[in-house]
Amino acid sequence: MANVISDETIEYVGILAKLELSEEEKEKAKKDMAEMLDYIDELSELDTEGVEPMSHVFPQHNVFREDVVTNGDDSENMLKNAPEQKDNMYQVPRTF
Amino acid sequence: MENLLKLSAVELSTRIKNKEVTVREAVEAVFAQIDKTEETYNCYVTLDREGALVRAQEIQQQIDAGTLTGPLAGVPVAIKDNMCTEGMLTTCSSKILYNFIPTFSAEAVLQLEKAGAVVLGKTNMDEFAMGSTTETSAFGATKNPWNEAHVPGGSSGGSAAAVAAGECFFALGSDTGGSIRQPASYCGVVGMKPTYGTVSRYGLIAYGSSLDQIGPICKDVTDCATVLEAITCHDPKDSTSMQREDTDFTSALVDDVKGMKIGIPKDYFGEGLDPQVKEKVLAAAEVLKEKGAVVEEFDLALVKYAIPTYYTIADAEASSNLERFDGVKYGYRAKDTDELHQMYKRSRSEGFGPEVKRRIMLGSFVLSSGYYDAYYLKALKVKALIKKAFDEAFAKYDVILGPVAPTTAPALGSSLSDPMKMYLGDIYTISVNLAGLPGISVPCGRDDAGLPIGLQLIGDCFQEKKLIRMAYTYECARGQFPVCRAITEKEGR
Repeated sequence: MANVISDETIEYVGILAKLELSEEEKEKAKKDMAEMLDYIDELSELDTEGVEPMSHVFPQHNVFREDVVTNGDDSENMLKNAPEQKDNMYQVPRTF
Repeated sequence: MENLLKLSAVELSTRIKNKEVTVREAVEAVFAQIDKTEETYNCYVTLDREGALVRAQEIQQQIDAGTLTGPLAGVPVAIKDNMCTEGMLTTCSSKILYNFIPTFSAEAVLQLEKAGAVVLGKTNMDEFAMGSTTETSAFGATKNPWNEAHVPGGSSGGSAAAVAAGECFFALGSDTGGSIRQPASYCGVVGMKPTYGTVSRYGLIAYGSSLDQIGPICKDVTDCATVLEAITCHDPKDSTSMQREDTDFTSALVDDVKGMKIGIPKDYFGEGLDPQVKEKVLAAAEVLKEKGAVVEEFDLALVKYAIPTYYTIADAEASSNLERFDGVKYGYRAKDTDELHQMYKRSRSEGFGPEVKRRIMLGSFVLSSGYYDAYYLKALKVKALIKKAFDEAFAKYDVILGPVAPTTAPALGSSLSDPMKMYLGDIYTISVNLAGLPGISVPCGRDDAGLPIGLQLIGDCFQEKKLIRMAYTYECARGQFPVCRAITEKEGR
């Protein structure tokens, strides 16, 4: 059941993960991912027919509150962490 | 003069209240120790000496005025570097957050400040809490204070090592798959992961949101219960925060386990467990039996499936949680990019380390269309089965007893070359996170090389008091655990 990860798969996952891997990193990622998937495949030994997937251990309900602003305008402080800013906004490279 | 560093947090605050010691003296004693040992152990990413001294004075005034009377008033604390601290660098031990200064503090940190604790700084960790050795930190590995050729464990390795080395009186850690309990075990201190939802995760930089939980790392069980009591609260800012009534955890510091039922899972003592760890953990079970507990072996199903389930779920959640690090609002941004997507990709590729990239890649894959059902949904179904296995066990037992990790602290550099081997080291701790249970690690001996061994006690959801009671009873019977030489060497000079 050994998994083989193709170049295409690694490219695709790189796009999903927004990572740009070097050729060396890609080869390593192919090997690591195949090894982990082989291991994860052990789960297929278990019969989970009819089992409800459990995302949270306790029943989680939506937590509602009135849509009232409780925090002040902290934009000046928050922008201090911005790599680049302009006119009280985050600045990024061109988008197209 | 008395070696203050040997005192527990609660003992220290009693001395402060009795005016035998000032808060400033306590803070200065810790910084003197840091000056002596930090270069060797590298427990911290950031230290705030000036801030701590200013804070010490404020706290002293409140204690003198009688407005601050709690059991943690004036006690110096270290915070894991994945919890936001207003105005203080918070890096997650990652290059991608190398310059991030939060504008707010995590709720758990605020609760400690309210209790009068003095924050010393931020402790080293595996990058984004991904690792079991604190070697994946972008700021260098932390060393084990019992033997600096060994790792302190992880991911809260800096917190556990700082407590063991006397570089703080207690610390906060976070536990997604064992990251409080395992380093506590390797460093000979007490670490507790509470029931999911007990401590607010607001301000904790998320790794696996359905698994993450903040908890205390302390010198003894009394401190652990005291700190947990201080940081537990219902927080509307964390939608998974629980409304709990029974949070007077210190009331469970009772030296009595008569009639309590302990289950020992046979699968926790099979192949892969170091014989010395096995011997000490079983000896601890024997101690509890002599104190009146009923001890029984049983079969806990599905143990070997916990690791693949965990890595599927944790990595999937991580791939989503870590999308926010893109070079736009904070942290590292790659230089000289001329287009937005290129900036995202290069900032992330240059900012994240290898283990984080490995997990983001796997997480993105198991969530991708065509594989979601086969991997991610399958893991969520197995998680339901694992939870059910624990439910059945807790119908019979008050507490499950076992080792924390299969071995004592590995040598530095021996784990990262083989990630799969490192992941297997999590076998006894991760199912606790999957099932949302509380677990505690208590030192129960040392191996031939002098490295500490931890006993793990696991309780049903919301049964922290049973764990505290049993851990405390064991600790009373065990007696004082040896103090790490990092602290005692001071006296020889």
